Amino acid sequence: MTKPLVAIRSVSKSFGEFQALKSVSLDVWPGEVMCLIGASGSGKTTLLRCINQLAVVDGGGIWLDGELLGVREQSGRLHRLSEREIGRQRLKTGMVFQRFNLFPHKTALENITEGPTQVQGRKADEVRTEALELLRRVGLSAKADWYPAQLSGGQQQRVAIARALAMKPMLMLFDEPTSALDPELVGEVLAVMKELAKSGMTMMVVTHELGFAREVADRVVYMDQGAIVEQGRATDVLGAPREERTKAFLSAVI
Amino acid sequence: MKPVPALADGFPDLSGMRIAREPHWFRWISAALIVLVLAAIARAFAHGQIEWTYVSRFLTAKVILEGIVNTMVMAVLAMALGIVLGIVVAIMRLSPNPVLKTVAAGYTWLFRGTPLILQLLLWFNLALVFPTIGVPGLWSARAVDVMTPFLAALLGLGINQGAYTSEVMRAGMLSVDIGQYEAAQAIGMHRLRALHRIILPQAMRVVIPPLGNEFIGMVKATSLASVIQYPEVLHNAENIYYANSRVIELLIVAGFWYLLVVSILTPLQMLLERRFARGILRPAR
Repeated sequence: MTKPLVAIRSVSKSFGEFQALKSVSLDVWPGEVMCLIGASGSGKTTLLRCINQLAVVDGGGIWLDGELLGVREQSGRLHRLSEREIGRQRLKTGMVFQRFNLFPHKTALENITEGPTQVQGRKADEVRTEALELLRRVGLSAKADWYPAQLSGGQQQRVAIARALAMKPMLMLFDEPTSALDPELVGEVLAVMKELAKSGMTMMVVTHELGFAREVADRVVYMDQGAIVEQGRATDVLGAPREERTKAFLSAVI
Repeated sequence: MKPVPALADGFPDLSGMRIAREPHWFRWISAALIVLVLAAIARAFAHGQIEWTYVSRFLTAKVILEGIVNTMVMAVLAMALGIVLGIVVAIMRLSPNPVLKTVAAGYTWLFRGTPLILQLLLWFNLALVFPTIGVPGLWSARAVDVMTPFLAALLGLGINQGAYTSEVMRAGMLSVDIGQYEAAQAIGMHRLRALHRIILPQAMRVVIPPLGNEFIGMVKATSLASVIQYPEVLHNAENIYYANSRVIELLIVAGFWYLLVVSILTPLQMLLERRFARGILRPAR
């Protein structure tokens, strides 16, 4: 039997008094597209950030590709990994942010080649060819030498997706990738994500786009107050929710 | 559905009419007043006890030209030292390591907290504290031989400048959005590489105007090194007027050179600003 790509076990995380995650456990299987839905403050973004180690878990553990993230177990105690090792683990995941976070002083192409050349130390011309191919894949071949400020929000987010893909991750994390976009620009980003899902990429998507979840997700996970309330196939969770809280959330959103 | 009603009467067509020039009386009056004041000042100087022939004779005297070259050399080197120290200290200050943080804060406190002229005198007189300096067993020398006016001025000005520059740099780094750190981390960068490749280039855009300010300050602060016998332009001008008593004339000569240097620096700063504004100032689509 195959193993889950991501195994989350009893993960909790607090910010001061606020408990963002309360002992969350979850598996993500290779090739699976998972959508995380829920109100703001429900912990779905924090869960994503823990997987990418932008947030450090307080308790529990996350395994990615069989490797425990952020810490090493040794004689019954956990020791934090060095920054370099954490950087290496991060290369297995690609992160797409709500606010794009492109590097404003670099062109679209330079944004994409920065990681492969600087972090992975790969050859510039080989990386460039791949980056141009990625730009073509997200429909932005003509914008290679443009700076982020010259691109629309939707175009910036597509460059950000290409930047994450350039590191050849096993898992793509999307943190509300369309929430900062004007309504008419949402579609172009979702189209790129659909194409990516079709290509077999394992994806975790925090989103409010229920239409996208219904169409693309293999599994929908509804979170509330730092815990998973309900999960299952998109048609079940979105179409016939069992939990009262899920019903209340869906009726408020739609 | 009702037809669209015709436009109402009473609102004439203004297209094609120009907006008349305003007279701006106050601008003319104020300009005239200022010209009068300037003329009065010029007249006062022309009739004052200044021998302008001395000014023009010493303006390009060899000693004065050597002085301004020494001023510029010292300003550039001390500023370079200040910027290097400033970047290092700013990074230490923003590091999670409490030891580095405290050391950086202590450095800033010490060198901002005492007058620059006092620091220059301390460096120059280091031999009074440590007659010989060196690395035990490797190398040693008499402090009076090592601590020349040049080295004392460089250390005094550069280390003092580093304390101020570190705060400028820190402000620049803090101005970069936290999302940029996260995006850099997300593509696997460690802290120093993210600083070097992503954060500092963006911070430079913010810090160049204050650094230009600091550099102009540095050009003039080199004049303090005259007290420790560094032969910069003011020191050389003083030496001349000790001999010929033409105090004001030589101070005007020195002032002219400072003004000229600072006037050249301003457009240079503009060029640098444009370089680091990549991706920012370009017109949006």
